[in-house]
Parts: sequence; C-alpha cells; structure tokens
Amino acid sequence: MAAAAPARYGVQVIVVVTDIALLLFLVVIAAAIIRLRSLIAVVMLAGIFSLLMAAIFLILDAVDVAFTEAAVGAGVLTVLALGTLALTTQREKIPQRRQVLPIVVVLVMGAAVIYGIWDSPNFGDPAAPVHHHVAPRYIEQGPTETKVPNIVTAVLASYRGYDTLGEVTVIFTAGIAVLLLLGGRRRKAGDRTDD
Amino acid sequence: MIDYSILRVVSKLLIPFILLYGLYVQFHGDFGPGGGFQAGVIFAAGFILYGLVFGLEALRRVLPPAVVRTGIALGVLIYAGVGVANMLLGANYLDYSVLGPTPATGQHYGILIIELGVGITVASVLVAAFVAFAGRRE
Repeated sequence: MAAAAPARYGVQVIVVVTDIALLLFLVVIAAAIIRLRSLIAVVMLAGIFSLLMAAIFLILDAVDVAFTEAAVGAGVLTVLALGTLALTTQREKIPQRRQVLPIVVVLVMGAAVIYGIWDSPNFGDPAAPVHHHVAPRYIEQGPTETKVPNIVTAVLASYRGYDTLGEVTVIFTAGIAVLLLLGGRRRKAGDRTDD
Repeated sequence: MIDYSILRVVSKLLIPFILLYGLYVQFHGDFGPGGGFQAGVIFAAGFILYGLVFGLEALRRVLPPAVVRTGIALGVLIYAGVGVANMLLGANYLDYSVLGPTPATGQHYGILIIELGVGITVASVLVAAFVAFAGRRE
C-alpha cells in the first residue's frame, strides 16, 4: 500500500494538469469563436471544441459520453453546419449598434449558474445524493440481472428503457422535421425555380 | 471532390473500416463503451464521407432515399415492438425478462435488439439530414 500511494498521487497530478490545460484551450477557443466573423472558421473551431470536450469526458471516466461527443459534435455536426453555410452565407453580419441586453442576460445567467454550483456536492463525493438513490442497486445488481458488463448500457437500455425510447422518438421526430422542411424539393421544383 | 485522387483512394480505403467499426460498436456495446447511438453515428459518418467525396448521386445509388426513410421509422418500430412483444408474453412494457430462457438472458437479448433499433434510427436520420442539407444545393 505504501508503494501505491505515491503512484496514485502522480496520476492525480497528471489528471489535474491535463484538466487545466484542456479547460484553458476551451476558453481560448470559445473566445476565438466569439471574435471571429468567418463562419467556416467558427464551425471548425466548434468541432475542435467538441473534441476537447470529448477528451474532458474521457478524463471524467464517462467513456460513452466522450464517444458520442466526438462522433456527433466533432464529426457529423461539423459536416451539417458546413452544409448549412453552403446554403446560407459564410460571413457573420457586423452588428450596427452595441447590444446591451444580451450581455446582461449572459452575466445574470452565468452568475445564477455559479451560485447554483456552490450548493452542489463536490465531484466524486461518495455522500452525494445521486450515489444513494438507485445507483447502488444498478451497480450491485446490474451485471447479474441483465448479464451486460457495461453498466452504462444496462442502465440506458433496460433500467431506463422508457427514457431511451423517448430519446429515440425525439431523434425520429427531428429526422421527420428535417425531411419535411428540407427534403420536399422535388415536389416544389415545378412551381419554384429560385435557388 | 471526386477529382482529388488522394481523397478518393483514402476514403475508399477507410469507409469499409468505418462501417465495420460501426458494427463493432453496435454489437459490442454491452461489453465495452458504445451502443446504438454511437454506432448509428459512426455508421452514418461512413456514408456521409462517401457522399462528400463521390457526390450525392452516388450516395443515393448506394443508399436509396426510400431505404433511409424506412430506416428512420423501422428503428423506433423495433424498439417499441420489443415492448409490445414483452406485453404479449405476459410481462410489463419494455421488461425484457421474458424474452429468454432465464430473466437475465432475456434482458441481454432485449438490450441487443433495442440497441439495434436505436442504431438504425440514428444512422438513418443522420444520413437523411445530410442528404436533405446537401441536396438543397443542386
């Protein structure tokens, strides 16, 4: 045990340093996204932002979430956003006059979030309420009740099957909406030729 | 982008592995990270890459719009259908225990089937969205 303690400490230091570096990158990229007017650069930076978020999720041991973030946020969403730019415009319009209301809303909301964080339990706190409701049951009984070693999959697909069905229905609805809004081109081709 | 030979060759090399990896994530999601959502996205990414490099017409030949539209609904139907099947077998909606010889095996089967439904819907919706966005330019 005595030999293991320094090794764990070393890992902790590496994790903290990596966390700080990744979060600093996030802040820099977010600032660049706000400043830039070229929307193609903004889309690219947003993809990098997602990739960094995926790395942070990975450090937090949320592998499944990191997987989704990297695939959807950095991959497919970038392509769809570029497709949108190809349909609209590639440069952001410069606002004519200074807007005061948005910055006030952002500051108030940010302050509210930070105020809320003070009340939430520390990261990894074993006494946090979330670890005392249904989570112990899932962790202890999941592997025997579902024969699925990946607890995330067991919770997502079985214990929380209704929620996941709802999520799939949301994706289904979103797909139908996109097809209704953008997919019906052939029918309109006769009476509308502007493009 | 079909004129760029490097893009063409590299994407032709990569696409089979992307699709294979999508299948791996789909059917290995109960043992490792991943599952229907991630697998669907990766699978769709393979087809979107094909569409980007070889054009929408080529993508429509490989994956006809009717197939994509069917897939969007099919995945949700598979998921909800498993729930109905459970009710017909005498259990609660989405309680997979009755699907197999033992409750735990039934749960395992149920999870695999609904994850497949999730994967089909997610992949179809993303491909459909890409085709809808890119198709407006034509």
